[in-house]
Amino acid sequence: MKLVYFAWVRERIGHSDEEVDLPAEVTTVRELLGFLRARGDGYAQALQYPEHIRVAIDHEHVDHDQRIGTGREIALFPPMTGG
Amino acid sequence: MPATIAVRVQSEDFDVAAEIADLSRGRTDIGAVVTFSGLCRDEAGTLAALELEHYAGMAEREITAIAEEAARRWPLSAASAIHRFGMIRPGENIVLVVTASAHRQAAFDAANFLMDYLKSRAPFWKKEHRVDGRVGDWVSAKDSDDAAAERWRR
Repeated sequence: MKLVYFAWVRERIGHSDEEVDLPAEVTTVRELLGFLRARGDGYAQALQYPEHIRVAIDHEHVDHDQRIGTGREIALFPPMTGG
Repeated sequence: MPATIAVRVQSEDFDVAAEIADLSRGRTDIGAVVTFSGLCRDEAGTLAALELEHYAGMAEREITAIAEEAARRWPLSAASAIHRFGMIRPGENIVLVVTASAHRQAAFDAANFLMDYLKSRAPFWKKEHRVDGRVGDWVSAKDSDDAAAERWRR
């Protein structure tokens, strides 16, 4: 699974993308955030308040209850500030 | 006839007048064109630049989806949107929305809707670079922007 990070999520985690093998028990976005939080200090800092993390699977916004399914690219980022 | 939708995500500046001309060239069905441009402001002289980060691929796709939704809600002839990324200095353009319709109300409402949705759903993030050389903070999302998008829900 390819993970990509943006803005302060990217800065706190320390890189912009990575390939991660997800354990079988990680089936939803919420479980993914919990799994990542345990990967190190940067992750813990970035994902400390999961309610502030927005997620897209294959370029589509999803909520935290979404099942990851066969998604190929999951993006984690803060609330958007374009426009 | 379905609305003509054009979306661009680019680092280069754009010319507002040229974009309006492109959208209406050769057409005689358009009676109203509304444009919104968003510019970088200097925050009372303290801001040197905004650095716009974006999620390439998703940014184009999301803005296109929002424009298509606008075309479903209002009888639009055309809708264009351009969003820049990279370093943008005070006074420069950040975003442009142009909507065209037979009558003004649809064009006004669709432009308003497009901007409200774009701000809360298009994957862009602004980082402040301060005049004193400090790289400042990421701009925080405003609850008022979410509320603005929320009022179009149905």
